[in-house]
Amino acid sequence: MFKANIYVTLKKSIFDPQGKAAENSLVTLGFKNIRNTRIGKFIEIELDENDKNIAFEITKEMCEKLLVNFNIETYRFELEEI
Amino acid sequence: MTESYKQVGLSEDEYNLILKQLGREPNELELNLYGVMWSEHCGYKNSKLLLKMLPVKGERVLQGPGENAGALDIGDGDAVTMKVESHNHPSALSPYQGAATGVGGIVRDILAVGAYPVANLNSLYFGKLEKAHQRYLLAEVVKGIADYGNCLGIPTVAGEVHFDDAYEGNCLVNAMCVGLTRSEDLKTAFAKGPGNSVMVVGNLTGRDGMGGASFASQELTKESEENRSAVQVGDPFVEKLLIDACMEIFQNENVIGVQDMGAAGIISSTSETASKAETGIEIDIDLVPKRESGMLPYEVMISESQERMLLIVKEGKENEVNKIFHKWDLHAVKIGNVTDDGMIRVLNNGIKVGEVPAKSLTNPPLYKKDIIKPEYLNYIELLDYKDLPEPDNYNKVILIMLDNHNIASKEWIYRQYDHMVQLNTVVTPGSDAAVLRIKGKNKAIALTLDGNGRYVYLNPEKGSEIVIAEACRNLVASGAKPIGVTDCLNFGSPEKPDIYYQLYYSIKGLANACNKFNTPVVSGNVSLYNDTEYGSIYPTPTVGVLGLIEDLNHITDIKFKNADDCIYLIGNFSNEIGGSEYLFEIHKFVKGKLPELNLDIELYTQNAILEIIRNGLVKSCHDVSDGGIAVNLAESAVTGNFGIDVSINSNIRKDIVLFGEHQSMFVISAEKKNENKIVGILKKFQTKMSYLGSVTDEKIFKISVNGNEIINLDLAQISENYKNSISKMF
Amino acid sequence: MKFGVIIFPASNCAEDCYYVLSSLLNQNTKYLWHKSSEAIDTDVVILSGGFSFGDYLRCGAIARFSPVMERVIEFAGKGGLVIGICNGFQILTESGLLPGTLMKNTCLKFICSPQYLKVENNYSVFSKKYNSGDVINCPIAHNEGNYFADENTINKLEKNNQILFRYCDENGNVNDSTNPNGSVNNIAGIINIEGNVLGLMPHPERSSEKILLCDDGIKLFKSIIESYN
Repeated sequence: MFKANIYVTLKKSIFDPQGKAAENSLVTLGFKNIRNTRIGKFIEIELDENDKNIAFEITKEMCEKLLVNFNIETYRFELEEI
Repeated sequence: MTESYKQVGLSEDEYNLILKQLGREPNELELNLYGVMWSEHCGYKNSKLLLKMLPVKGERVLQGPGENAGALDIGDGDAVTMKVESHNHPSALSPYQGAATGVGGIVRDILAVGAYPVANLNSLYFGKLEKAHQRYLLAEVVKGIADYGNCLGIPTVAGEVHFDDAYEGNCLVNAMCVGLTRSEDLKTAFAKGPGNSVMVVGNLTGRDGMGGASFASQELTKESEENRSAVQVGDPFVEKLLIDACMEIFQNENVIGVQDMGAAGIISSTSETASKAETGIEIDIDLVPKRESGMLPYEVMISESQERMLLIVKEGKENEVNKIFHKWDLHAVKIGNVTDDGMIRVLNNGIKVGEVPAKSLTNPPLYKKDIIKPEYLNYIELLDYKDLPEPDNYNKVILIMLDNHNIASKEWIYRQYDHMVQLNTVVTPGSDAAVLRIKGKNKAIALTLDGNGRYVYLNPEKGSEIVIAEACRNLVASGAKPIGVTDCLNFGSPEKPDIYYQLYYSIKGLANACNKFNTPVVSGNVSLYNDTEYGSIYPTPTVGVLGLIEDLNHITDIKFKNADDCIYLIGNFSNEIGGSEYLFEIHKFVKGKLPELNLDIELYTQNAILEIIRNGLVKSCHDVSDGGIAVNLAESAVTGNFGIDVSINSNIRKDIVLFGEHQSMFVISAEKKNENKIVGILKKFQTKMSYLGSVTDEKIFKISVNGNEIINLDLAQISENYKNSISKMF
Repeated sequence: MKFGVIIFPASNCAEDCYYVLSSLLNQNTKYLWHKSSEAIDTDVVILSGGFSFGDYLRCGAIARFSPVMERVIEFAGKGGLVIGICNGFQILTESGLLPGTLMKNTCLKFICSPQYLKVENNYSVFSKKYNSGDVINCPIAHNEGNYFADENTINKLEKNNQILFRYCDENGNVNDSTNPNGSVNNIAGIINIEGNVLGLMPHPERSSEKILLCDDGIKLFKSIIESYN
């Protein structure tokens, strides 16, 4: 069995008002030396699959088909044996 | 066992009563069931006797307190159902989820009486927005209400928001829902017919809100902040499916009884439906679809997982019911049967794990506590006007008043609520009341949800009369006849005799006014124990009032409509300003006598206003409330985008004239040619009006008192202060 | 003319569209269930506003995999008229029937408010009852209405007159201060290059009766009906 940890983030060129708002708030709280705060999604999926290569392909397909909108988002993932 | 009753919130006397009723010691499961069912939240043990003062009957009442929601006849066989409920404690600990699930719970109450939910309202009280934590609470609560209600496709059409230090440690989040159905389609929560099936529908059962019911009946402490598992998580998507599936199910007769699973989940819904129908229910908790493994029997029984309902289904029709839920990707699962022995019997995989009489669970001991007049009431009404220097710059004062968060426009909030979906909202938020048309009929309903904790604090009885009077005034100004009330009583701990005094006299005041206006109380909720280490909140009854508009042409709002329309004042000035926003904001006092209210005069005046509206003589109508006439005029000017040129004559102090919250008072705008007709109608109701001035194209806001112009401001400046005061805090 | 209004789970504006089409405009209107894979037999398909599948993951991302969407894509391919309003617009972009993405409003909040729109042209089957340059009031109610597409796509939309509605003020001014949600070039509604698929964030069904705000929005539906007759 594998667990896929998938990180979906906005492409660098896309403005992220949520990240900006969080950053402003952090600066107000005194964290002055920060920049480029970006907020994305973290998705965990358990795969009933023992072959890591297959698990990799399935995860990639799930990202491309549903989990990621390629107009604005990009992704990466890790597989963790469980 | 001897001490464990304390852990579930029961007293020794209560425990002894249980021993007597069962004739034996309860086991742990049974004791837990009593603990939640006999809590104030479920059992109303401290308030039920007082609530009997409220009028609950009337020619329009189809269903009163005791059902999931009250129902009123609005003619042509149409019924409006409504209820308001608090979610104060969950919202204080987890404002987003607390508020969201508050909406979810009240919507299911409306659904459970067979009605389609057509409107949500809410009443919110926080500490002052200058404090960061209060801004956080407001933002999260509003987002919670918005995310949940918007997803359901139910418009959030009206409400109120107050900011006062008294709510700093204990915010109030009261949610109200209104439904529409045909009178003959109303559903009740009776588990009739032994042999019929008991089904649970909607979400899976998990450990959410474990003990939420008994938790809501304890004071908030640091420790309860740790107790966050008591907060449920809402899933508005599933709730929406539940609404759609239930509406489809209700089209046939397979479902006999319906009950929302709110506080205390399965145990309260089974014992209440059985108790009302004089039956029993046997369920097997093994059959309850669960989200988590290893749940103990009592956890299954009292779980407050959201978006679940209990259905009593005709024997043999289970598959038909399940088929419809399945269509909506939900499940309906049979967990037991109605029996004829009056017992709630709990099995776990066929083995009996508990058995108690349904009626014993739903009839906790009722208490009447000692009533002791609170010390503060002996001096709080004393106010020497010499301590109040008259302002020298009224321009400045009105700008401060409009900038006050209690008065300022709540647009920043209601913009986040979908208030237009379902295509019925004729008068949108920001007026005196929301107005929803009834599609296909020449009629509409008006809705308001209102409270005034400061007034009730200063004088529990009079203040509560004013709360009802003011709410009815909001409806009348919209062209509606008030016909019924739902109330949520937010108070401190009833164990304290002075708080119990507030509760007693407040209910008395509500009863006085409801009797006078013929607006029976058809449903409601009590939220006690709103105390923190800083003390109790202001006693805050919030009242949702329903009004009926019998012709769409009578719908009226507060906006000035045309230049050169005349502005008139109807009502008399009071010399008292105790509890007013002016006294609080400008002079920093919470004391003094409340403005006089005579319920007879109030009723005449309301009837007079209705009559002139029904005769088509009025362009706008707005009752005088928080902030007095000056604020009233500013609101009509800003929302209509017109200037005014007004002159008021009176022999009382200028600041009291302008900012006093005079009762039974309205400002209308009308065409000059209708003046005589209006005066004629008012005469019939022993009511008079005075000409104040006119609506102007020039965008200037001008008010003179006794011939001296004391306010002269650009409308843009007035508007800026009024509209942006709250948004600029974020 | 036959209209079909699709019901996805939690398409909470479907009934509103149905009401406007059948009760106000007397059109032959029916609901289409999202699980249906039957061929579309209406002249127009409407994907209404709402929160299909709770708007979970991304607005419209799950709905696009409902069986009915294959039929909608097929229907649109044959030139059938498709309108996506609000959540419906989001579903259309997710399913590739329209370019771009609706992102979170820049204010990060849900906005429900009356909204002025400028009608960019009346060449379209969806806008012929308007005059080019008309300013109409058509309410918005969304969390994710911030239209985004890459520069190339935007240039094409502009060049091909695919932008039908833009956010503006009551005088028709289109600029940053009249942009409620951060949409590129104040885009409120677009059509595909073939002109038979419209997506817009504002709700024309909410301004289809004088008693509710105004009836500016109903002309959109009337445009379609007129072009059919």
